[in-house]
Amino acid sequence: MTTFVNLTLGGLSSGAVYAALGLSLVIIYRATRVVNFAQPALALISSYLAYSVTKGTGSYWLGFVAAIVAGTLLGVVVERLIIRPLRHAGELSAIIATLGLLLLLQAVAGMIWSNEPHAFAYAFDFRGRFSPSDLFAVLAVVVAATGVLLLFKFTPLGLRLRATAFNPEVAKLVGVRVGAMLTVGWGLAAGVGSLAGLLATPPFIFPTVLDEVFVYALTAAVLGGLDNPLGTIVGGLVLGIGLSYVSGLLGAELVPLAALAILVAVLAVRPSGLFGRATARRV
Amino acid sequence: MLEINGVTAAYGLVRALSEVTLTVEEGSITAILGANGAGKTTLLRTISGLVRASAGTITAFGEDITALPTDRIARLGVAHVPEGGGVIPELTVEENLRLGALWRTDRADRAAAMGEVLELFPPLAPRRTKAAGTLSGGERQMLAIGRGLMGRPRLLLLDEPSLGLAPMVSAKIMGVLRSLRADTGLTVLLVEQNARSALSISDRGFVLALGRVVAADSADALLADDQLRHAYLGF
Repeated sequence: MTTFVNLTLGGLSSGAVYAALGLSLVIIYRATRVVNFAQPALALISSYLAYSVTKGTGSYWLGFVAAIVAGTLLGVVVERLIIRPLRHAGELSAIIATLGLLLLLQAVAGMIWSNEPHAFAYAFDFRGRFSPSDLFAVLAVVVAATGVLLLFKFTPLGLRLRATAFNPEVAKLVGVRVGAMLTVGWGLAAGVGSLAGLLATPPFIFPTVLDEVFVYALTAAVLGGLDNPLGTIVGGLVLGIGLSYVSGLLGAELVPLAALAILVAVLAVRPSGLFGRATARRV
Repeated sequence: MLEINGVTAAYGLVRALSEVTLTVEEGSITAILGANGAGKTTLLRTISGLVRASAGTITAFGEDITALPTDRIARLGVAHVPEGGGVIPELTVEENLRLGALWRTDRADRAAAMGEVLELFPPLAPRRTKAAGTLSGGERQMLAIGRGLMGRPRLLLLDEPSLGLAPMVSAKIMGVLRSLRADTGLTVLLVEQNARSALSISDRGFVLALGRVVAADSADALLADDQLRHAYLGF
C-alpha cells in the first residue's frame, strides 16, 4: 500500500511536467495544426539561460524568471521569423521547420554551453518520494495551467485566441488581428514550455536532456486529443502516474517502451484522444 | 457608402469577377443576384479583403479599402456574415456574440448591443450559455447576423442568409432585416440565390452572370422584367 501511494505521488510530479510541456504543444497545435518539435529545444535554451543566470547571480529564482521571460520571447521570435514566412507553404513545411530548429538549437546549445552535463539545481530539497521540489513542480504546473485555461475561457484575449484557433477566417471578419494572435499563442506556449523545462531538467543539463520528456509530453497531448488543453493536462497526470507504476512494479528500463506502447495504442484505437471531443466541425 | 469600381478578381487562372462596378447607397438594402458560380460570394469576399482584387478599386465610407487587411476593414464598420453564417460551433452563443464587438472600445455600448441583439432574435436568449453547435440552422443564422450587428456596423454584408432554411424562418430573417433598416438606417448588401425573397426587401438589385454585372435596376423594375427573371433569376 505504501509503495502504491509512493508511486502515485512520484508519478504526480513527473506527470505535471508532461502536462505542462504537453499543454505548450497543444496551444500551438490547436491554433496552427503544427506539432512544434522545436518545443524541447526552446525550453532547453531557456533552461541553459537559467543555468547561466543562476551561476552568475547565485539566485535560483532570478534564473527561473529569466528563463520564463526569455522562453516566451524565443517563442515570439520563432513565430515571427520562421513560422510566419511559411504560413502559405502548408503545415508540413512548418512542422519540418520546427524539426530543423530542434536540431539547430541543440547544436547551438552544445557550442555555447558544451555537450558535457552541468549540474542544474532543483528549486527545493529533492530528497524523498514526494519532496518539496516535487510539490513545487505540481503546484507550479497547476498555477500555470489554471492561468492558461482561465485566460482562454474568461478574457477577451482568450476569446480572440480561441476564435483564431477554431476559425481564423471568421476571426478576421470580426476584426481580430489573427497574425498577432498567433504570435501571442507561440509566446504563451513557449513560456509554459520553459516552465516545464525548468522542472524537468535537474539534476543535470545537457543538450538532449529534454528529449525523453518531450516524447512523454507528446504522448500526453495525444492522450488528450492534441487540441484539448484540459484533456492534455489530465493526460499528462495519468501518464506520469501510469509510468511511475511501470517503473516501480516492472522496472525503470520499461518506461520509454510503455510510453511508446501507450502512444501507439491511443493512435490506433482512439486517434482523437481519450478526451477528444466529438468532432462536429463543419467545413 | 460603398463604391466598387471596375473590380476584377481571380482564383488562380479562373476569373471570378470581371470589371464589376456598382454602388450601394447609404441606408439602402441592395441585392446581388445570380446563379451559382456567378461570382456573388467572391464579390463579398473581395469587399472584405479575403480575396484580393487584381484590378479596380473598392471605396467604403470614402476610404479606399482595396488593399486593406480583412481585420482592418471589419474594424472600419464592415460586418461580413459569410455563407453558412461562420458561427463557431465550439464557442457558446454568448461568446460568438461577444466576438462581434470585441474590437469596439466602448464597454457599456457592447453590453447594450448584446441586449438589443437578444431582443431582436428572441430564440437566442435562453441559449446564451449553450455551445453554438447545438443550435438549429435558423438559430445559427440568427446568431451569425446577431454577431455581425454586435459591432454596430455601418455596412452589413450578408451571404445567402436564407440558404437551407425553412421558408418561414427565412421570411422571419428577411423581416428582421427590413425592420433594422427602417429603425437604424443600416446599409445592407445582400447576396441571395432566392431572388424573389431578396428583392421583396431590397431597394436595388444587381444581377451577376459569369462574374459580370448584367443588370442593375430598382428592385421593382427587376421583379417586373420577365425576360431577365427567366434568363438569370429562375422564377
